[in-house]
Amino acid sequence: MSASYLDLRRSLTARDRSLHEKVVTLEEAAGLVRDGETVGIGGSTLSRTPMAMIWALIRAGRKRLTCARGITSSEGDWLLASGACDHIVTSWFSQGIVWGVSKVMRHHVENRIARFDEWSHMAMGLRFRAGAMGVPFLPMRSMLGSDVVGQRPEAREMECPFTGDKLLLVPALNPDVALIHVQRCDAYGNAQIDGLQFLDIDLAMAANRVILTTERIVSNDQIRRAPDHTKIPFFAVEAVVEVPFGSAPHECSNVYEPFFEHMNYYAPLVNGDPVAGMAEYLERYVRAPKSWTEYLGLLGLESLLEAARNGRSVSNA
Amino acid sequence: MPDPDYTASELLAVMSSRLLKDGQIVFAGVGIPLLAATLAQGTHCPGLTILFEGGVIGPNIVPGKLPPSTNEQRCTIRANMVLASTDVLLLLQRGYVDVGFMGGAQIDQYGNLNSSFIGDPARPKTRLPGTGGGNDIASLAHMIVAMKHEKRRFVERVDFVTSPGFLRGGTTRRDSGLPAGGMYRVVTDLGIFGFHEETKRMNVVALHPGVSFEKVEDNTGFRLDRGHFESTERPSARELEFLRKLDPDRLYTA
Repeated sequence: MSASYLDLRRSLTARDRSLHEKVVTLEEAAGLVRDGETVGIGGSTLSRTPMAMIWALIRAGRKRLTCARGITSSEGDWLLASGACDHIVTSWFSQGIVWGVSKVMRHHVENRIARFDEWSHMAMGLRFRAGAMGVPFLPMRSMLGSDVVGQRPEAREMECPFTGDKLLLVPALNPDVALIHVQRCDAYGNAQIDGLQFLDIDLAMAANRVILTTERIVSNDQIRRAPDHTKIPFFAVEAVVEVPFGSAPHECSNVYEPFFEHMNYYAPLVNGDPVAGMAEYLERYVRAPKSWTEYLGLLGLESLLEAARNGRSVSNA
Repeated sequence: MPDPDYTASELLAVMSSRLLKDGQIVFAGVGIPLLAATLAQGTHCPGLTILFEGGVIGPNIVPGKLPPSTNEQRCTIRANMVLASTDVLLLLQRGYVDVGFMGGAQIDQYGNLNSSFIGDPARPKTRLPGTGGGNDIASLAHMIVAMKHEKRRFVERVDFVTSPGFLRGGTTRRDSGLPAGGMYRVVTDLGIFGFHEETKRMNVVALHPGVSFEKVEDNTGFRLDRGHFESTERPSARELEFLRKLDPDRLYTA
């Protein structure tokens, strides 16, 4: 038995796993993440990104984080340009297909200010899943033969002992902390997710601890009325923060769509000049506002209502 | 070329939709693949099922509400099922998927795709966004790739194999541990291309109306064998009308 496996178990058993309240403020939650830690980020691309938590980590001056996510969008720009993160582990990193290639990503990676480790999307998923399963790796049949695998000495090829098939083994990824934004959870951290779950459940169970942000905190009675909707159990969760519009300008399924107008303003600003454009953006939207509410105010009431109207329309098609 | 009454992107979407068959399960990226699969559903493939990487089985795409990626709520509208991204990707590995369908930035004579680096990966001239699920799809399913036909995109050897085609040709794909799938067709604004049964080099299957073999040669960075090939039929009014209703803001068909 490897020492790291026992360490992994120990950090869970050392924790208070009783059903207790763990609601904190955004600032308090940011204080739970330490410089240099590996942070798993929930959601994917423009969806259920824990934007408010990332916003708070940047404001708290976090440094040297390694951030892992299935697919990375503009939150990756924020993390690199703010200096909070110098290492991204992901399958794809740009703002979104409709906005082209992120010049912020290019600037940091091409000038070796930050590292971008590329894995296939399924490899990212299986790495979190292996972490969630408490095994050191999982086998898979993609990435083989490509140059992606050549860049990843952490992955190993092996011959299956049963069939002789060539397989790729990808190592478990157990982040120090997972940041996950959900539609609702109770004060204990029982989290319910609507719509796409992405890699979030495996991520939550793989991580040493989970910080949840949520559109709203509901009663434990409400959770118990529909326990089949609960996707992350309370005992995996360290802290709960209620943050309405906590994924803005990205979306939170059934609640709001992406703030497309804001993204259409953001992408050319930061791609036009990845240094000055990003500095201007971070100052204006991340550092200057006194609160998340004030940040939402900068996005504008009209945009908020538009995104919310579009968000609710998904179940009305 | 292209004919003034349709754009190159519309041509790509129409020509690739015609390659899909009713009853197939298609793993589609956004952009042209999504438009083409939806067009196929609306014309000759009513029983076609779309899968999205975000974790969606069988969505209904709403005209004018095209998703910005395969990971937003628009992808889930009236779907049959949503599941974890890992689990939808594992359907490829299990063998449920007939066609993987995506766009490409750079392709070579063996159908290898690059979306990671331009130039030397150790000192890249350009760092591109990376594979996403592209490597998984290309490793595990038969592929249709839709892309613009330009010399700088059709190269003898890609700078980096992000998503495997037939690697170095012959049996190299199978020998690398990829026994299933492989490139089936590359659809461009000039024609439709396939791969030789043994050498696995790209060849011409059909050219679009008004396109000469010489024009294709001029826009291709490697030697293409001049074998027998056919001509495609121009996009019909019905196909174009369907596409324009689907993407009225020309998000993907400009």
